[in-house]
Amino acid sequence: MRTSLKRSGRLAAAAACATLALSACGSSSIDEQTSENKENAAASGDCGELNMAVNPWVGYQADAYVVGTLAKEKFGCTVNYKDLKEDVSWQGFGTGEVDLVIEDWGHPDLEKKFFEGEGDGSAQDLGPTGNEGIIGWYVPPWLAEKYPDILDHENLDKYAQQFKTSESGGKGQFLGADPSYVQFDEAIVSNLDLDFKVVFSGSEAASIEAFEKAEKDKEFLIGYFYEPQWLFAEVPLKKVELPDYEDGCQDDPAEVACDYPVTTLKKVASTSWVEEGGPAVDLVKNFEWTNDDQNEVAKYIAKDKMEPEAAAQKWIEENPDKVEAWLG
Amino acid sequence: MTATDARPTPDATGRTGGAGLEVRDLWKIFGPKADRIIGTPDAELSRADLKAKTGCVVGVKDVSFDVAPGEVFVVMGLSGSGKSTLVRCLTRLIEPTHGTVRIGDDEVTSCSESQLRELRRHQVSMVFQHFGLLPHKQVIDNVAYGLEVRGMSKKERRAKAGEVVDLVGLSGYETSYPDQLSGGMQQRVGLARALAGDPSMLLFDEPFSALDPLIRRDMQNEVIRLHREVGKTMVFITHDLAEALKLGDRIMILRDGEVVQVGTPDEVVGAPADDYVADFTSDVPRSHVLTLKWVMRPPRPDDSSEGPVMSSSTIVREAAQAALASDHPVRVVDDGELVGIVDDDAILRVVVAEQAPPSARQGSGERR
Amino acid sequence: MSTATDTTTPAVDTTPAASPEPEARSGPSRWVLVVAVVVGWVLLWLVVRGQDTLQLAGRERTDVMRWLGEFRDGVIASRDTNALVAFTGAVGEGIRTLFGELQQVFSLPAFPRPVPQIGWLGVVALATWAGTAVANLRIAVLVAVTFVSYGVLGYWEQGIDLLLVTGLSVAAVVVIGMPLAVAVGTSRRARAVITPVLDAMQTMPTFVYLLPVVLFFGIGVSSAIVCTLVYALPPLIRIGGYGISAVSTSAIEATDSTGQTSWQRLRKVQLPLARTTIVVGLNQSTMAALSMAIIASYVDGPGLGEPVLSALIRNDVGASLVPGLLIVLTAIMLDRATTAASERAELAARGRGLRGRARTVVLGVGGVVVLVCVYLSRTYLPLAAWPETSLGRDLADTLDSATDAVVGVLGGAGEALRNAISYGLLNPMQSLLAESPWWLAASALVLVSAALGGLRAVVPTVVFGTGILLLGLWHSTMLTLTMVLVATVLVMVIALVLGVWMARSRRVDLLLRPLLDAGQTIPAFCYLIPVLALFGFGRFAAIAAAIVYAAPAAIKLVADGVRAVPETTLEASRSTGTTSWQEITQVQLPMARGSLALAANQGLLYVLAMIVIGGLVGAQALGYDVVLGFSRSEEWGLGAAAGITIVLLGLMLDRVARAAADRTGGRVDARSRFTLPRRLSPTRT
Ligand SMILES: Nc1ncnc2c1ncn2[C@@H]1O[C@H](COP(=O)(O)OP(=O)(O)OP(=O)(O)O)[C@@H](O)[C@H]1O
Ligand SMILES: [Mg+2]
Repeated sequence: MRTSLKRSGRLAAAAACATLALSACGSSSIDEQTSENKENAAASGDCGELNMAVNPWVGYQADAYVVGTLAKEKFGCTVNYKDLKEDVSWQGFGTGEVDLVIEDWGHPDLEKKFFEGEGDGSAQDLGPTGNEGIIGWYVPPWLAEKYPDILDHENLDKYAQQFKTSESGGKGQFLGADPSYVQFDEAIVSNLDLDFKVVFSGSEAASIEAFEKAEKDKEFLIGYFYEPQWLFAEVPLKKVELPDYEDGCQDDPAEVACDYPVTTLKKVASTSWVEEGGPAVDLVKNFEWTNDDQNEVAKYIAKDKMEPEAAAQKWIEENPDKVEAWLG
Repeated sequence: MTATDARPTPDATGRTGGAGLEVRDLWKIFGPKADRIIGTPDAELSRADLKAKTGCVVGVKDVSFDVAPGEVFVVMGLSGSGKSTLVRCLTRLIEPTHGTVRIGDDEVTSCSESQLRELRRHQVSMVFQHFGLLPHKQVIDNVAYGLEVRGMSKKERRAKAGEVVDLVGLSGYETSYPDQLSGGMQQRVGLARALAGDPSMLLFDEPFSALDPLIRRDMQNEVIRLHREVGKTMVFITHDLAEALKLGDRIMILRDGEVVQVGTPDEVVGAPADDYVADFTSDVPRSHVLTLKWVMRPPRPDDSSEGPVMSSSTIVREAAQAALASDHPVRVVDDGELVGIVDDDAILRVVVAEQAPPSARQGSGERR
Repeated sequence: MSTATDTTTPAVDTTPAASPEPEARSGPSRWVLVVAVVVGWVLLWLVVRGQDTLQLAGRERTDVMRWLGEFRDGVIASRDTNALVAFTGAVGEGIRTLFGELQQVFSLPAFPRPVPQIGWLGVVALATWAGTAVANLRIAVLVAVTFVSYGVLGYWEQGIDLLLVTGLSVAAVVVIGMPLAVAVGTSRRARAVITPVLDAMQTMPTFVYLLPVVLFFGIGVSSAIVCTLVYALPPLIRIGGYGISAVSTSAIEATDSTGQTSWQRLRKVQLPLARTTIVVGLNQSTMAALSMAIIASYVDGPGLGEPVLSALIRNDVGASLVPGLLIVLTAIMLDRATTAASERAELAARGRGLRGRARTVVLGVGGVVVLVCVYLSRTYLPLAAWPETSLGRDLADTLDSATDAVVGVLGGAGEALRNAISYGLLNPMQSLLAESPWWLAASALVLVSAALGGLRAVVPTVVFGTGILLLGLWHSTMLTLTMVLVATVLVMVIALVLGVWMARSRRVDLLLRPLLDAGQTIPAFCYLIPVLALFGFGRFAAIAAAIVYAAPAAIKLVADGVRAVPETTLEASRSTGTTSWQEITQVQLPMARGSLALAANQGLLYVLAMIVIGGLVGAQALGYDVVLGFSRSEEWGLGAAAGITIVLLGLMLDRVARAAADRTGGRVDARSRFTLPRRLSPTRT
């Protein structure tokens, strides 16, 4: 596990620098810091290690680094941040390489494999993060402003020709998302009998770039997107109304003709880590915040270009009351 | 020929001189399932027909010959006639398809891998047309390569190689690399490498054909000198007849992998076995090779008995002056017995034919 | 037509009139045949279009895909009991431990120390000294610049980690690859068995095996190294094997005749004589290892890939370009250093080392300086940890606004180009290929390859085509094929224009080379967003990305080929009063035919390597399928099937191109098959 010390190492170095700056005499040498580190290590609690998966989106980074920073500062945990996609993260629960996935958007297939009951029980649900994922069809703001009626799916066909591109084979183009997300758009398009063709962006970066470009160049674009996402701070996309979600309307993938449900984002942890019962387990269980909270940290990272650690630190300092509640 | 005292590096095992070579029914056919062809009627097909029929190429076809210890045996033939293949079969650098090869007391063709290695290390060395030197090793280490392979210590093998380098006249170039040497010098290195192991037999595959005529002559003289000094058995491949005549005790001529003729130089020139050999030898200054034996006619009762007396092994050129100066034909006498008469005509035919343009000479060779 | 095969090595042909001849004889009839096939195809297509296209409905999966997925699930399920997994797991743990130790020495704080065992000053000094020792002072300067750039721009840890990962991978490549190279170089049978495996290793998209590798070797550097190994092994085995097999038979024969054992032959003759070629192979392997840096960071592999990816999720072009350019710099450093090191070793081996005495003194004194630096960097904090600067961020911002400016200026033209190519070329071709019934498209492809390359092209088309059909992704394959063909054609057009220009003008050459070097080594993830901004997502963005990656190799090959035309030939043709255009078309290009064929072949393979990147920018088809399989565990079977399809498609195109090239006399060197050509062939001339 030593391999992934790098972020915590960098943090340690940053912290060391901070203490260095604070100490009045600037002649702090490597030796002094070494013995200081030794003392601190002896004094701090026995949290041990926390292997935190970091899935590749900014909102996730916000959650991960806020929780990770607290675990380190308050309980002396050694936090190993691991940049991983969702699948690999879940695979890691069983081997002890991953302890925590802090923001899960719902992976029924993975739950089937790794949750108690159907799967091997290596992972378990630690409750909601408080964030609500609002998945759906979005258009850039200029479009919503200029053609307000476009926000109703019934009117989409009216503009289909304007959505046409070289990729959409004569129909309107619907921008499908990063393949990491479960998408029913092809079914929705066909079941609502829309004159559109789903073209997949292939990656979140491509989707974001497409929406940014569409807003900038005033192009027609409609596609799958979701909130919370840092892009909304720059380009507040507008959601298109689809037939309301009802329980069971997405059970048969081929028959879907309704909107996506509001997704409760949750925390998933490795069973063995939870059973060890370190102090950080309660912190993670208690951790809950709002979309606005997350968007703020995400904005620090994505727009203000802060390092995730620094962004988390800043938010923690600005929101002592919320943090207090999690520490219980 | 035997070893002389001039041998520079007396072998540790005390072995001297050369070993004999005996080759019986040797075949090499390239291609798949080549061994199945021998003994079938296909084996009798010409090379082209066999290739068309089976895809196999005959390299060496049923060759047998002996080389006496200390003899210089030359193999000749046109390009593609199988010379290289034959000489490589002798130490199984190419695995023969059939037949036996015996060198000294060892039957090469039934040796195990390790016996074969021993044989190559101690008994037989080879010199190659394209030298085959190792560009990353200095001259001295190239020469010592065979010794290195035997596991001799660096100091010992360098000392030994140094002596051989002297012998081939490369002193001072020990630490050069092959690409810093001229072609002739490189081939001296090749020669030295072959000599360093003190083998009892040396095989040469057209060693000098890549060299210019002057250097070639030097190198030929070098071989003659070495032969005189160290007395190894030599099998020498060449397609240069002059070279063959100069070096060879006996000459074997190959065509399409088959033996056409084996004999001493004057036998080959004087009595070519067929048109192929005749063609081959037609460019040779015949007066330099032929002896009176080849130009004399049986004595007739009316022959003058006043002409000069010579033995039948006198070379024509040497006989010419005396013969033409005398008014009487030369009387060829062996062991006190008159075996033949040589007329001026006969001598002139040999000498003058050489000066005629090549086209005029075609087919005009003397045959018996 | 068969006469064309008789011409050999056109490059040494010195009579300009002679070389175009075979083409003149075989050219027209060949292309007439191809055109005839296409015309027939179009006519039939008009009648039956849209039938039997084998397009999978959105969620439809074939049995093969399900079977692949179940196989993977079985492995996951058995991982606690599986002996192989236990073994590879232990290997992975070993790699991670070793790597962790190295990091504590060079890049990460070695707890309880706040800094690594050796601080930056010591590391820079060590590296510079090593550069001097193995190569020369110029290389030492390059090394120092590279290392200092890591630190100054704020990527010290990642830069050093990247070098450590690359170093460990290359060490493993040597240990595993050399025996295989020897096998390939000495045994025909081994070569026949190993070559197709190497082909597959190089064309199989990493995304397909990344997750299974993690399953076996664990998350982090262990999997990163294993994946790197898969991709970096083939060049050494192929090129090294070629070098060993190409050792002159006369040297082998001559030394065999001294009674050497086969081990002695290998050690004393074959390996030393193949050394230069083996070093080229090693150099190629190093470059390949470096190019895996980004992919490896998907599984928490350390190195410069990580900041590139994390910038990508913020759409922060500048912040991804800075580490991207550091990767380029690293590649250039490693390329030049390994090349120079091997040249020096050659000289040293010959005792011609430059001023031996002076060198020893320099190195000795340098060594003392290094020791002092190491000591200082262990004692003083500022010499151990780089001070925080905003230089990296500033550079990123500059690059960001530069990119924006370029996109702003070119944006409209990009859109127009995209539409022209998409509507004019891609759409018609795609509807012909993908909307034909599979049997029609398949027979047409077989006929086209027959016309182009004869029987030697038909066999692979049939064999690999059948494989593709069985995997169930025929329709996607046709979509991908369309893009691959269009991209390759564009690459060749660009390569011809720029390559000839470079060959004819030294100045253009000097100007372009560094850009080409950068294009080949900068990770695609760094220019995805600019490409998307210029062209919008879709097939053309994928093609553009492929061109950035593939064109440099092709351009260099064309330039080198054209330049290799002997001056005497050009003089001869000038003496007859040719125009420049005639000179190019009548002399230079025909005589560089071998290089052109090689350029087309390499261009094709590079384009294939970018299929998956295409999937990330909206090109759909096989690339998307692979990404989908990588992103969602339940779709892994689809991704694997798509990956295998890409391999088969690659093999098919390669073999057909090869057969076709052989027929025109533009024989593609066996050595180059599926290898990267010298990606950074030396700029100096
Ligand atoms: N490895 C091989 N495989 C197939 N055929 C071969 C092989 N080596 C030689 N041959 C054929 O065997 C025949 C004899 O070749 P060889 O090299 O022995 O001729 P050569 O008399 O040495 O010719 P040269 O004077 O040109 O050296 C030739 O027809 C050649 O094509
Ligand atoms: Mg020969």
